[in-house]
Amino acid sequence: MQTALFLEQLLNGLQLGVMLFLMAAGLTLIFGVMGLINLAHGSLYMVGAFACAAVAAWSGSFWLGLAASLAAAAAAGAILEVAVIRKLYARDHLDQVLATFALILVFSEGTRWLFGSFPLYLDIPPLLQGTVPLPGGGRYQLYRLAIIGVGIAVAVGLYLLIGRTRLGMRIRAGESDREMIAALGVDVNTLYTVVFALGAALAGLAGALVGALQSVQVGMGEPVLILAFVVIVIGGIGSIRGALAGALLVGVVDTMGRFLLPQAFGLVMAPSQAGLVGGAVASMLIYIVMAVILALRPQGLFGAKA
Amino acid sequence: MRRNITVNIALAALLLAVPLVALWASQPFYVTLATRIAILALAAVGLNIALGLGGLVSFGHAAFFGIGGYAAGILASHAMSGEPLAFGIAGTNQMPLIWLVAVPVAGLAAAAIGAISLRTSGVYFIMITLAFAQMLYYFAISWPAYGGEDGLSMALRNQFPGVNTLRPLPFFLICYALLLAGIGLFAMLRGSRFGAALQAARQNPMRLTAVGIAPYRIRLVSFILSAMLTALAGALYADLNRFVSPSMMSWHMSGELIVLVILGGVGRAFGPLAGAMLFVLMEHYLGGLTERWQLFLGLVLLAVVIFARGGVLGLLAGKARHG
Repeated sequence: MQTALFLEQLLNGLQLGVMLFLMAAGLTLIFGVMGLINLAHGSLYMVGAFACAAVAAWSGSFWLGLAASLAAAAAAGAILEVAVIRKLYARDHLDQVLATFALILVFSEGTRWLFGSFPLYLDIPPLLQGTVPLPGGGRYQLYRLAIIGVGIAVAVGLYLLIGRTRLGMRIRAGESDREMIAALGVDVNTLYTVVFALGAALAGLAGALVGALQSVQVGMGEPVLILAFVVIVIGGIGSIRGALAGALLVGVVDTMGRFLLPQAFGLVMAPSQAGLVGGAVASMLIYIVMAVILALRPQGLFGAKA
Repeated sequence: MRRNITVNIALAALLLAVPLVALWASQPFYVTLATRIAILALAAVGLNIALGLGGLVSFGHAAFFGIGGYAAGILASHAMSGEPLAFGIAGTNQMPLIWLVAVPVAGLAAAAIGAISLRTSGVYFIMITLAFAQMLYYFAISWPAYGGEDGLSMALRNQFPGVNTLRPLPFFLICYALLLAGIGLFAMLRGSRFGAALQAARQNPMRLTAVGIAPYRIRLVSFILSAMLTALAGALYADLNRFVSPSMMSWHMSGELIVLVILGGVGRAFGPLAGAMLFVLMEHYLGGLTERWQLFLGLVLLAVVIFARGGVLGLLAGKARHG
């Protein structure tokens, strides 16, 4: 039983990590290409979840909802970029933090206005309901395995997109020298809008996928946003490979910490006390990991420069 | 420059006049509102030392605000129950003693957090200060001894020798006096040799190093001072609400503190006061008009960032010398 439970928690950690990767990939791409720190990324995650829940409830199909979440988040991202974000590229980080913090307020209250304060619920599609057996005698939700699969597919897709396509070449060029690619005749404004919309669509996808596991509500993006920031800081800001490594690290460390630490403390103290101390340390664990990594390597694991 | 001074004096006088008029018109609620402004402004004056003078965008100052709040709450709860804290230290319900605990504790926390965070810069600094604040936030939530997620309420407001703090006006005057002292400290720091070095560390760390001053140490000291002032405000905030909860440490609080500084005008002594006045008034009046006031707050903030750089004081009193 212990092995099965251990394996299940490990998979939960991977699933959390993959979901964080979807968020972190967009954030790190936007920072790498445009130098923008976007706190409103969690709002795009929320937009994806709400679009999926609303369309799925209206049409009865989760898959239509999923398509809607991608479209809605990408559209919201593109509009946001053209209307507001574009004015912030030349500003310092302080202005960017503040403006995108303001956007969170606008998005959260706006969504509450449209959908009310009650959470929406999204069902797991029939195709992915049920469980699969695990070695060691446990069973695991098929849907969570599917999320891990989607995450791997997105990671491979991003790798190919950035490494093998013309758009990817421009993105890489934009990361290393913005002025130069503009001088070479690349339409930088469009490139920025496309990158922002791509990041937004990934966030929307993450929101829609997680929406079927949790309730869909205003403010759901904020805890995820902060975790995604921890991920990109650990991985090195601007590096997609770093985002993947950081996301898996954070997902697994957080989940396994909550599972194992109370037991570990149980070896040296009374069980009730151990649960308390273990729980408290576990809830801080990823931040401790981040602080240690940054103290040793201020530029993150895969970061080029501090 | 003269216009600047006039605006500053007018702001300070306005904040003092509001509670006096409110009491005369027997509207004690406005005294509470003015007290809230004074406390938030003090917290933002603290942040302004790191943010405005040092250019250190700390997205985790709520941690220090919360440390101050919890110091007040925990000491008061032990004074109430009569049980000593760890190492046999007795609780207290005397504000000056509470401040003497809250401020150094926040200073120590800031020394530890700053020592690690200041090794990084730019976005990394923003994120690591946020991470440390989240760490304390989750600790406060998951540690049940002092209320955990539900927070800790205080039966009575703590006392100040010779003053009846239960009445709103005397408590306001304590907060107001501390705010003026805080602003005075800020202005003094800015004008001092230390302030000059700190501002140089923001503008051109390389040159500062070349003249033989290490930016790291200057920044660390400013970060600690900044945290201590914010913690003092946190202790007052706990006394104002007679309640402390983890939400004092949430990242929304950190964001709001930055908002106060920017709304008023970065690096200006009276900027946080102007920012806090505007913020609390918007919260109060927009909140009275519509439940969705945060939507409009967001739009106003966006407009300030994009169009009105320099904040309210920038509009009222002209551009700052801040470079």
